[in-house]
Amino acid sequence: MSVAGTRPFLVVGAGIAGITAALEAAEAGQEVVLVEREPSVGGRVLRNHQYFPKLCPPACGMEINTRRLSKSPLVRVMTRSQVTAAQRSGGAWLVTVRHSAEHVTRACTACGDCSKVCPATVADPFNLGVGRVPAIRIPHVDAWPRRYVMDRQACPAGCRACADACKVPGAIDLDARDRDEQVEVSAVVVATGWTPYPIEKLTELGGGLLPDVVANVTMERLAAPSGPTGGKILRPSDGAPPRRVAFVQCAGSRDVKHLPYCSAVCCMVSTKQALYVKEQIPEAEVTVYYIDRRTPGRNEAMLPRAEAAGVHFVKGKVATVKQGAGGALVLHVEDVDAGRIVDAEADLVVLATGMVPGGNGEVPLPVVRDGDGFALDDRTARVFATGVARRPEDVAASVRDATGAAAKALSVARSA
Amino acid sequence: MERVGVFLCTGCDIGASLATDKLEQLAHTSGAVHVASNPCLCAPEGVASIRSAVDAGTVDGVVIAACSQRHKQQEFRLDPAAVQVERVALREQVAWTHPPGHEDTQALAEDLLRMGMVRAKKMVPAKRMAEAVEQAVLVVGGGLAGLQAAQAAAGLGHPVVLVEKSAELGGYLAGVREVVPDAPPYDRLQQSPLPDLLRAVRADPRIRVLTGTRLSRVGGQPGQFAVEVEGKAGREEFRVGAIVQATGARPYDASRLAHLGVGASPDVITSAQLEPMLASRTLARPSDGKPPRRIAFVQCAGSRDAAHLSYCSSECCATSLRQVMAIHQAWPEVECAVFYRDLRAPGQIEHFYRAVQEQSRVMLARGTVEGVAAAGGGLRVSVKDSLLGERVEIDADLVVLATGMVPNSADGELIRQLRDAKNRIERNESETQRKAAEELAASLAHHEGTEILNLAYRQGPDLPVLAYGFPDSHYICFPYETRRTGIYAAGAVRAPMDPAQAAEDGWGAAMKASQLISALGRGETVHPRSGDFAAADFFLQRCTQCKRCTEECPFGSLDEDAKGTPQYNASRCRRCGICLGACPERIVSFADYSVDAVASMIKSIEVPDEVDEKPRILALLCENDAYPALDDAAMKRATWNPWVRVVPVRCLGAVNVVWIADSLSRGIDGVILIGCKRGDDYQCHYIKGSELAHKRMENVQETLTRLSLEAERVRVVELARNEMARIPALFDEFAEKLVELGANPLKGF
Repeated sequence: MSVAGTRPFLVVGAGIAGITAALEAAEAGQEVVLVEREPSVGGRVLRNHQYFPKLCPPACGMEINTRRLSKSPLVRVMTRSQVTAAQRSGGAWLVTVRHSAEHVTRACTACGDCSKVCPATVADPFNLGVGRVPAIRIPHVDAWPRRYVMDRQACPAGCRACADACKVPGAIDLDARDRDEQVEVSAVVVATGWTPYPIEKLTELGGGLLPDVVANVTMERLAAPSGPTGGKILRPSDGAPPRRVAFVQCAGSRDVKHLPYCSAVCCMVSTKQALYVKEQIPEAEVTVYYIDRRTPGRNEAMLPRAEAAGVHFVKGKVATVKQGAGGALVLHVEDVDAGRIVDAEADLVVLATGMVPGGNGEVPLPVVRDGDGFALDDRTARVFATGVARRPEDVAASVRDATGAAAKALSVARSA
Repeated sequence: MERVGVFLCTGCDIGASLATDKLEQLAHTSGAVHVASNPCLCAPEGVASIRSAVDAGTVDGVVIAACSQRHKQQEFRLDPAAVQVERVALREQVAWTHPPGHEDTQALAEDLLRMGMVRAKKMVPAKRMAEAVEQAVLVVGGGLAGLQAAQAAAGLGHPVVLVEKSAELGGYLAGVREVVPDAPPYDRLQQSPLPDLLRAVRADPRIRVLTGTRLSRVGGQPGQFAVEVEGKAGREEFRVGAIVQATGARPYDASRLAHLGVGASPDVITSAQLEPMLASRTLARPSDGKPPRRIAFVQCAGSRDAAHLSYCSSECCATSLRQVMAIHQAWPEVECAVFYRDLRAPGQIEHFYRAVQEQSRVMLARGTVEGVAAAGGGLRVSVKDSLLGERVEIDADLVVLATGMVPNSADGELIRQLRDAKNRIERNESETQRKAAEELAASLAHHEGTEILNLAYRQGPDLPVLAYGFPDSHYICFPYETRRTGIYAAGAVRAPMDPAQAAEDGWGAAMKASQLISALGRGETVHPRSGDFAAADFFLQRCTQCKRCTEECPFGSLDEDAKGTPQYNASRCRRCGICLGACPERIVSFADYSVDAVASMIKSIEVPDEVDEKPRILALLCENDAYPALDDAAMKRATWNPWVRVVPVRCLGAVNVVWIADSLSRGIDGVILIGCKRGDDYQCHYIKGSELAHKRMENVQETLTRLSLEAERVRVVELARNEMARIPALFDEFAEKLVELGANPLKGF
């Protein structure tokens, strides 16, 4: 069953779903073009400190996947690239991929000489804007491809410090330009992931207003050794370790004013993060305010584990979070079991914000979407969706259906 | 290899840190046939210098003394048929992590270079497997997941045999008309996907369906499984390349739920027992055949309960919502009450939950049902912790228990233990042995006759199972993988899931099966060392039939002949090297990884004599997690003790204890092994490797104590992939400990 001569697939997005779809197809002999907007692969999973329910580091499984990518002769990974146009051509698609200017080329050895002399800094995109990093830097310690990246627009006028410091011939090109490439592909897998629901839209919960009200995605970075605090959970306002931490579930989810659906992962995420806090600060008082604790399957084991660690679970929807006296935050919440309204204090409030499907309006493909904005399979157009671009789900489910998406795309390509 | 060339990079601080002229000299005196330095070896000019030496036939082994093996792989990729490549990480392990110009730094670099050269000399070209590969896929189980897998595999171009033990296809959904919506607008019942799928499968000429059929034997190995089935039409044999096990789940045994009224009244039924009433549109109480007026649904009946199933079955809440909606639509006058602990309608099922909430005569209430009892002509449900009050009693005339699902798996390893015990009883060797065997057999008796696949594998007839009886191996990152190569689990047998997810699983498992067949066709192995081809080589003349390798292989790759000699199945093997670690006779090797190669590397380490007071430490690092973490630490310019010599290993399980013995007898002062986490939440990529290494090293430590050597000279450490920050302290503390212990007394012998 040779697939030689068939056109490659296009996989848009190199998070866990896109990487999986690309690799599973490639290892079955299919050529794949994997397009990623960011400078390195791994998307949101690598920004997690640990996976639930095993509490293991995402970089462990990703190590296998990047090794597979390094080894596979059939996957072409295009980072810092975006699909800018797509048109049907017979049974296939003719897509235009724009490669952002390669100021740091593949010759880069990741030695770091450039970073040391760079005078400019930018908010760290890998750490979701928390902390500052040099304008030329390795995106993060596990970055694959292992290559530095330059935020050219942050460079001071006329500065050539990095180019002068670099000893590797051809590694830095200050004059590089964006470049377009056309690729004919036989099928498309949309794996554009998700963005966190913006906490700025949750002003009643202090989102965007109070520095010690953070989103769950930020909490992951605070707990990660590679994060802005070196893995220490600290209050953003004063850098002190919090003694009372509150998690607000369904922050903007299961709410027709915000996201009407359940984001499927936030209960596990908060339970996991409550365990991060308990592990680092055993004496901290940790409370999770929830409507329903949704920990399906074997994730259920996390609940007794968290309870044994002293995490409190309180059924009740948090109505408001306000600044109280003495630096404390005050949560106005209905404690359903106690049958009363309480004002609870916390030093750090984590909003369990949901997932908004990514790629909406960014990928110039006629992707069919449902009312929530999630992408649907379109077999006649040979466009398949996977991961959270397709529905709210966790990593295990993303890998599961990305493998399936590879099969769907491969079967239409082979039937042609 | 005979002719080793050494290519030294002097960029990335290597040249500034080391006397590279001395390294070149060392390479010459150590027998390199070609030595060259380059200021940037990965640049086109540098790569060209390597290629021209290879093309000219000057060298057949290449040592690249530059950066870690994990970097610049594309640049340094050479044809493995023509040349063997060994990487020496002078950048990460020397230049970036040790003071420049120091004698210890130089000594470290020289040792690493010698070690790399020795390894290159010991490597031999690997051959690809070249066996015939069957294209057919066997799907076991004709429920939704299996049907979807069959259709998907056929769509990928494979002939398919679908075996179903019952007379009809369809599984659980055969008795279900409508399902929970998985398509927009998500707020109404959806037609079951089963009828269309059944039609497609039956119409597909590439799919052969065998109902009323069981597997009586599966022999051979991936690419050439020899399958024997028994069915209505008698016995039949055929060959397939890969297998999808989609045997589904069964409802939890409700007879164990007496506290919820099971047995006390026929009107307490399970969700599964309600299905035929909904499908046939005949709602009737089993006791008197009358239509019920008030139905209570009890969620988590035997689920999320340590006394029954401690996990959540994921789909029972949605199933009850679906049943409530179906009742509401067909019999709008019937009242339904659902008692739940947490209403689990994840993702977009939330839309459907909202739609059910909006129906009249439907009550969804949080509360834990403590008991169901017959009362008058009906049933009384006691609920605690509900919003209605601390403890309330509700009358109903039909109670539906939402029971969870139990995977239809068989515990291959325990079945084998049972068989072994029975054999021992038969052999009747000694009274005590017979007694022990009888006790074991009695405790495992319930596994009798549970076989599904009937694998003719030494380690047992079915997939090994892990927590809760699910036959998985790495369920987060690689959900279809099992511990038997070429056999992929799909649907509710591998995790509790709803029909939409089971169908998705069918697609995914078919992909894995197809991929396996494709990879074997190229002579390559699969996950996690996909693309690898060098198989294990067993020098059987020296085998003592100790059976360690056949017992310990995590993938059941090895069978035994009557005498207990291992019979290797190359396409079952994942190349982890755990057999190499297990073998006391050191007869297992790979072309690119062998006991001799690593032992020779150890021998090439220069060990200072006692007066020098500089201990030498061998660090065996698992290349999956620990070695990358070391690279990360180097990237961050961490520093650590310069007496450590790092050797990457395939898995801690792929460490042969002779390496420890060799090290200590050569005067190396201590050996530290760093590998992945073991235990229930293991991170070992080969499942059991790290666990086995700990056991083996405990034995080594005992031996050391017997020899009056300190057990502390051998240390095993678990390290997660993201724990780079721990590495310097691990090395430094171990070095301090060894200084404290004093020199290895075997030094100089």
